[in-house]
Amino acid sequence: MSKVSRRKFLAGGLAGGAAVMLAPAEKVLAAGSFSGFPDGMGVLVDLTRCVGCRSCEAACNKEQQLPAPDLPFDDLSVFDQTFHQGTQKRRPTEKAYTVVNRYRPEELDKPVYRKIQCNHCNEPACLTSCFVNAYTKTKEGAVIYDSSVCVGCRNCMIACPFNVPAYSYSEVLSPVVKKCIFCYDSRVKHGQPPACVEICPAQALTFGKRKDLLKIARMRLKKSPDKYQQEIYGEKQVGGTGWLYIAETPFEELGFDTSLQQEPIIDNVKGFLGMVPMVLAIWPALFTGFHLLATKHKDHAHDDSRVEEEKR
Amino acid sequence: MFVASSWHLRGVLLILISLLLAVTSYAMDAPETIEIDALTQYYQRVEFNHQLHVEVAEDCSVCHHHTTGTGTTDPYCGKCHGQFEELDVVSCADCHSAEPFSAESIHRQSQQDLFHVDMNGLKGAYHQNCLGCHQEMDGPTGCQDCHARTELGDELYHSGKFAPKSTGQAASH
Repeated sequence: MSKVSRRKFLAGGLAGGAAVMLAPAEKVLAAGSFSGFPDGMGVLVDLTRCVGCRSCEAACNKEQQLPAPDLPFDDLSVFDQTFHQGTQKRRPTEKAYTVVNRYRPEELDKPVYRKIQCNHCNEPACLTSCFVNAYTKTKEGAVIYDSSVCVGCRNCMIACPFNVPAYSYSEVLSPVVKKCIFCYDSRVKHGQPPACVEICPAQALTFGKRKDLLKIARMRLKKSPDKYQQEIYGEKQVGGTGWLYIAETPFEELGFDTSLQQEPIIDNVKGFLGMVPMVLAIWPALFTGFHLLATKHKDHAHDDSRVEEEKR
Repeated sequence: MFVASSWHLRGVLLILISLLLAVTSYAMDAPETIEIDALTQYYQRVEFNHQLHVEVAEDCSVCHHHTTGTGTTDPYCGKCHGQFEELDVVSCADCHSAEPFSAESIHRQSQQDLFHVDMNGLKGAYHQNCLGCHQEMDGPTGCQDCHARTELGDELYHSGKFAPKSTGQAASH
């Protein structure tokens, strides 16, 4: 009789405890995501304007004092380079924080060029994944990192939905992660545009506050509906990115990942991580209570049996 | 009397000067060549054959929008600039800033109730207008077809005498 009631009590207690813990967890989930600093800067990339001159790559190389390239920056044969049995085009590396790739959509009679660099997410997955807190999202919108604390775990390389962070495999002693920092130290911090934007001859890159760039992008889409896909890549992807893209052809034809979620990557683990402190605070007390209640009678029974044994 | 005549003289001089200015500005209306040297750093200045482009383009508004008094073909611009009125500012640099991302320009981007918020900088305006037309009309489209690179430019692009010694394929990722 007493066993059954204890079981019932335990079941009820567990259900109640779970309810207590899930309620605040839901709150954490509903706490909303950070949609970027109000005056965070960004860049609007108009792919219909890019002429594929690679000047941005050259300017980046100079500004970030990167090692000399394998080929001159006016050598356009790099557009034919492919990797991994022709499945991949060029990607940012430790020696090049930005690269331009060429695409040939079927419906256009001219190639489209796409610049790749860090998109400077509102809620960066690299920052979330970094356990030494090397990454910082600055109020100017740049995602920068402190390579002096980087332990080289490369979690950020896996976390980044755009495959941007590169690794200095060539460094023997202290390899670190390398990526575009939006020219934060030398330019953006002082209100100047990054080097790639400044050198772009066709103004395919427009520097400004992210919120203003969104309006400018919408204006261009509205003014020339035939010229543009009616979508701004980066407005919603993974919670919004500082770099925004508009194009004439569908983004999936230009190597963009259109399968990305709209919520920040951190939302995938926010609920779970929000529960961890709750579990740590409540579970010890709860289960100690259960244990005490559950063993109260048992101890007596034990004592009784011992007494019985002694009697024998 | 003497004072009055001096004033007369000055008046006549003023009229003469303004006439002279008017004549020269009329003559400047369609210059044969224009030196584009506002943005020379990595590339040399461009000796722009204006006369040739006047003949090719036929309509001044192709480049000068609504400022030359020939009207505008763009229906969007025509809403405000439909009247064919010649303006005092016809040079590209008069409207298109050489520094399109200065603090002032960034602030202007936020004033979305104004027109021309999304105006190109000087470099962007040149290249978008020139290259677009050159592609359509089979004009020169390579960077150095229009402007030769400077030594500073060669250094930036790691080209010419600054070219990398080993020209092997990039060992990327």
